[in-house]
Amino acid sequence: MLRNRLVYLTLSLCLMAVSPHGRAALTIEITQGIEGAQPIAVVPFGWDGPGQPPQDVAGIIAADLKRSGQFAPLASSDFISQPHDNDKIQFHDWRLLGAPNLVVGTVRPEGMGYRVLFRLYDIYKETQLIGYSIPSTAAELRHTAHHISDMIYESLTGEPGAFDTRIAYVTQVRDAAGRSRYSLMVADSDGYNPRAALNSTQPIMSPAWSPDGKRLAYVSFENGRPEIYLQDLATQQRQRLSAYQGLNGAPAFSPDGTRLALVLSKDGNPEIYIMDLADRSLRRLTRNSAIDTEPAWTPDGKTIVFTSDRGGGPQIYQKPVRGGDVQRLSFEGEYNARAAVSSNGQLVAMVDGHDGKYRIAVLDRSNGTMRVLTDNTLDESPSFAPNGRMIIYATQVGNKGVLEAVSVDGRIHQRLGERTGDAREPAWSPFIQ
Amino acid sequence: MNVIVKATVVMLAAVMVVACSGQGANVKSPGASAPPAASGGPATPEGGESGGAQTSPVGGQGGMQGDELSNPNSPLQQRVVYFDFDKSDIKDQYKPVLKAHADYLASHPDIHVTLEGNTDERGTREYNMALGERRAKSVYQYLTLLGVSPSQLKIISYGEERPAALGHEESAWSKNRRVELDYGNQ
Repeated sequence: MLRNRLVYLTLSLCLMAVSPHGRAALTIEITQGIEGAQPIAVVPFGWDGPGQPPQDVAGIIAADLKRSGQFAPLASSDFISQPHDNDKIQFHDWRLLGAPNLVVGTVRPEGMGYRVLFRLYDIYKETQLIGYSIPSTAAELRHTAHHISDMIYESLTGEPGAFDTRIAYVTQVRDAAGRSRYSLMVADSDGYNPRAALNSTQPIMSPAWSPDGKRLAYVSFENGRPEIYLQDLATQQRQRLSAYQGLNGAPAFSPDGTRLALVLSKDGNPEIYIMDLADRSLRRLTRNSAIDTEPAWTPDGKTIVFTSDRGGGPQIYQKPVRGGDVQRLSFEGEYNARAAVSSNGQLVAMVDGHDGKYRIAVLDRSNGTMRVLTDNTLDESPSFAPNGRMIIYATQVGNKGVLEAVSVDGRIHQRLGERTGDAREPAWSPFIQ
Repeated sequence: MNVIVKATVVMLAAVMVVACSGQGANVKSPGASAPPAASGGPATPEGGESGGAQTSPVGGQGGMQGDELSNPNSPLQQRVVYFDFDKSDIKDQYKPVLKAHADYLASHPDIHVTLEGNTDERGTREYNMALGERRAKSVYQYLTLLGVSPSQLKIISYGEERPAALGHEESAWSKNRRVELDYGNQ
């Protein structure tokens, strides 16, 4: 059995350019936290074209708002009327439903694509809060819907939404003979439009987004050992960034996108280096006989937060990028590793090992408090949404690797179930520019 | 997809086929190992104080090269050593096995072996990559201490990416915290 599993396969690696549209690889269910969500009425959008509308834009918006855990869209069967524009709205009717806000809109064909109009109302004040008219290609219609969700979310909460973003993650599918196929996947944040950026018979690890959301750095074993690659998602072009002797791992882009923090063991043991992406020159950041790995940048680009076992077991430390003293950040728990820093720099998420359980915890840097957000046993790879509200991570449910997300206050829990195989190492994209 | 992109994909694919052609050599030797919890497959000495390691003559057969590696009764058939959680020190029970490999390698300077470090699934993946490498280095240092030339040894870590046993409990984890000695095809 051992041998069976370990027989190496001749590498068959291919870059996929096919994007199966409109299919969700990840099904998202909210497992906890619907209580206290604010009701909102999202009326099915009018369609001014022939036949069926190309996408249920209102349905996508309602699902986004529901997924945030902060809103509870009402069932459209409860609506007395289904207005599509401002002239038909009877506010006193809507007031009876108990939702403070109403969204209406239309989709109409325009040129080769569509124009989407929407309005968000305050039902009690009987005023329009926002209203936009947005041109969209057919292929971008789901993105346009997510973009509208972001605008609604920001108008109602005061914080930017992160619906029009993407998730990169790694899947592993084992066939009946025990052979594995690994894929680096990129999907919309609601699990739709999954696309394989890379397929391989060898492991793929540690995907990291460039700050412009256009490229991924990752570790691939396609040549039998870990090497770091950089791939442009639109053109599929890629280059090998690092193939030194020993480890090449844990890539992390600097916030300005000009440098890459990475881990190399070429000089003896795992150390963190900073690579200048313009000329690939390296500068060594850490010097210690212990393991130093899993670098993450603070949003100002001045500090690297990382994992080190210099104190005996793995804990979270930080060091100025320009050099200076190393400072320990995590003190609770016997195992703290794989830090992620929130976009405002205040929160550090990590994997916290405690009593044999590995769970996602956040350290609030403003007051030093550490809070465990999950109650699983094998969590890993926390990654913040770009608006800092949610953390996506990987865990084991039964014998399956799944992705889950939790709000930074621990109130809202979601599961993103991959239909086939194991999903892991999620990385939430920055805001798409 | 435009022509340039298509051409790039084809070129990349070609590069990969070339890059892969060496991959076929990297096939595991048969009878790699038995996990510590198992009772031991046939002809796989446990390597403890049972004396299994001592009963087979090492290097005693003057025949063709490679005989000892393929001799099912040789302690060289045990090619996996196991570790405690988050640890990389060699446990006493595996020292006789590594001694047998060291003696063999020292007397066969043209033979090379890859030390493959692995971990269980707990904790984080890149930390486990580092831990797997540390375990492989620990075996490397032990073998070189016993006279093996560093030029005969190669190190690679797979972290938690290549578990020997699937499952999410200690019985699987104990089989995955390991270093494998891979002699390849030689």
